[in-house]
Amino acid sequence: MKDGVNGVALGVFVFFFLLVTAMGFLAARWRKAENQHSLDEWGLGGRSFGTWVTWFLLGGDLYTAYTFVAVPAAIYAAGAAGFFAVPYTILVYPLIFTFLPRLWSVSHRHGYVTTSDFVRGRFGSKGLSLAVALTGILATMPYIALQLVGIQAVLDVMGVGGGENSNWFVKDLPLLIAFGVLAAYTYSSGLRAPALIAFVKDALIYIVIAVAIIYIPIKLGGFDDIFAKAGEKFTAAGKGGLLPAPAGHWGYATLALGSALALFMYPHSVTATLSSRSREVIRRNTTILPLYSLMLGLLALLGFMAIADGIDVANGQLAIPQLFEDMFPSWFAGVAFAAIGIGALVPAAIMSIAAANLFTRNVYKDFIKPDATAAQETRVSKIVSLLVKVGALVFVLTMDKTVAINFQLLGGIWILQTFPALVGGLFTRWFHRWALLAGWAVGMVYGTVAAYGVASPTKKHFGGSSKEIPGIGEIGYIGLTAFVLNVAVTVVLTFVLKALKAPEGVDETRADDYTADAGDPGVQVELPPATAESAH
Amino acid sequence: MVTPVRVVIALCLIAPFVAMLWVGSYAKTDPAFIGIPFFYWYQMLWVVIATALTVVAHQLWRRDQRARASQKGGAGE
Repeated sequence: MKDGVNGVALGVFVFFFLLVTAMGFLAARWRKAENQHSLDEWGLGGRSFGTWVTWFLLGGDLYTAYTFVAVPAAIYAAGAAGFFAVPYTILVYPLIFTFLPRLWSVSHRHGYVTTSDFVRGRFGSKGLSLAVALTGILATMPYIALQLVGIQAVLDVMGVGGGENSNWFVKDLPLLIAFGVLAAYTYSSGLRAPALIAFVKDALIYIVIAVAIIYIPIKLGGFDDIFAKAGEKFTAAGKGGLLPAPAGHWGYATLALGSALALFMYPHSVTATLSSRSREVIRRNTTILPLYSLMLGLLALLGFMAIADGIDVANGQLAIPQLFEDMFPSWFAGVAFAAIGIGALVPAAIMSIAAANLFTRNVYKDFIKPDATAAQETRVSKIVSLLVKVGALVFVLTMDKTVAINFQLLGGIWILQTFPALVGGLFTRWFHRWALLAGWAVGMVYGTVAAYGVASPTKKHFGGSSKEIPGIGEIGYIGLTAFVLNVAVTVVLTFVLKALKAPEGVDETRADDYTADAGDPGVQVELPPATAESAH
Repeated sequence: MVTPVRVVIALCLIAPFVAMLWVGSYAKTDPAFIGIPFFYWYQMLWVVIATALTVVAHQLWRRDQRARASQKGGAGE
């Protein structure tokens, strides 16, 4: 790492940062709504986004510090095992193609803003709805934490904040400032800010990717040399490799599948989906989005390029920013850092808004203050979105930051446990609500206990997300194991509860709600503000 | 109702799962492509294949829905 502050890079970085901050504040005026104090308006951007904006929003969710920092860092540290992110994103598309349009339809028929709304309406169970809401909020925090780690890595390489040796306050100060700015403009303009900024962010990212994947391999002597050098390093280090070891195949496949199943359970993914104008927009998006996966794959290879460049850092998260600083002229390194930094801020904003929506609608209104006014709802959402960011900070400060991808995987373990209720509920009413709740509880407890027991070289707990699968003996993703356990418990208890004739709860949805599209009777494309009267 | 078109749609959507989760089928170095080991370029190729399959599934689904709607005498999807 170079000593001191990289002035030019920092200047460019700050310029773009100020630019998006200004845009964030302007966004509050963009296509201004009649009633900006309503939750629909602040949290869903009025639900009127078409293909392009939705695409950028979805892209903003998927391609984050995870893509730019965590995945290449995993490749840098472990080699092939980190490449599971590519099959993960491939598997996402057939999945969302299958179930998201149904969620869109039923949500637009009944005015659902969150997955919990849907679960309560479908199963008539406030308990299950609460479980889904709390899981969503909890699981979002480590995912936001991953974004924080990404920003921290960039600032660290630019020489802002101390290195490993300074005290925690100096080291984390730039991080706190960055999040202060984010929090401020998210607070004032809601989802409109990230949607507008997403355009700048994606433009920057495309430029950086194009330059990085063409220029860097040429400068390093081509892929032959890059992979040869990486192979030598893994052989010398005695861990990792260019191919997953046969014992790692299960781990690779379960991480890919588990992550794919988890992605669209996150509150922020659902927020982006429900913001789209019609069912058709979602299906059309699934056919464009895989382009992002291709870029993810190419960016992942940067991990090998960092090895070939001879970068030797103890914290793998610094490898890619360091590679950019070594390879690019200072001003372009600044552009690249801005892309990473803003690419982490936007999703962090979207995620915290989505988590806040969940809390307000499904905890605050359902359990604390059912007669809350629209203005009160919006205020609670704004406060919770700040609290969620604080929660994320706690994860950053307590977990092992050298394996950032683990933050996302930990969130996945938890959020995956809402899959049976949500996706199961979209296709069938067969599952019993109490069985779903019991399955969820078993999955959550198993997943958390198992993850707690995994140590990493620097931390005793929550050090990794893979463990031996009971009964199979292979190492696999804890989230998927917990999910299978969850489904098994749910199915068995459903049989039992049905035999006992336990009350099933009222289903307020009908079969044709799941296929309705914009223009059909009863479907409001742009829903009225979610006031106390219109929400149920 | 299971129709041939729907079977094809299902196959299009299931194929990526089979291909990607069967790690043993692609965990090898050769043949390399411009110096990139098989393991890596094969999975990136599947991004393109999976996209094409999703597009096919989408088109077939729309046709299927239209056909069903016109059978019922309704309009559109």
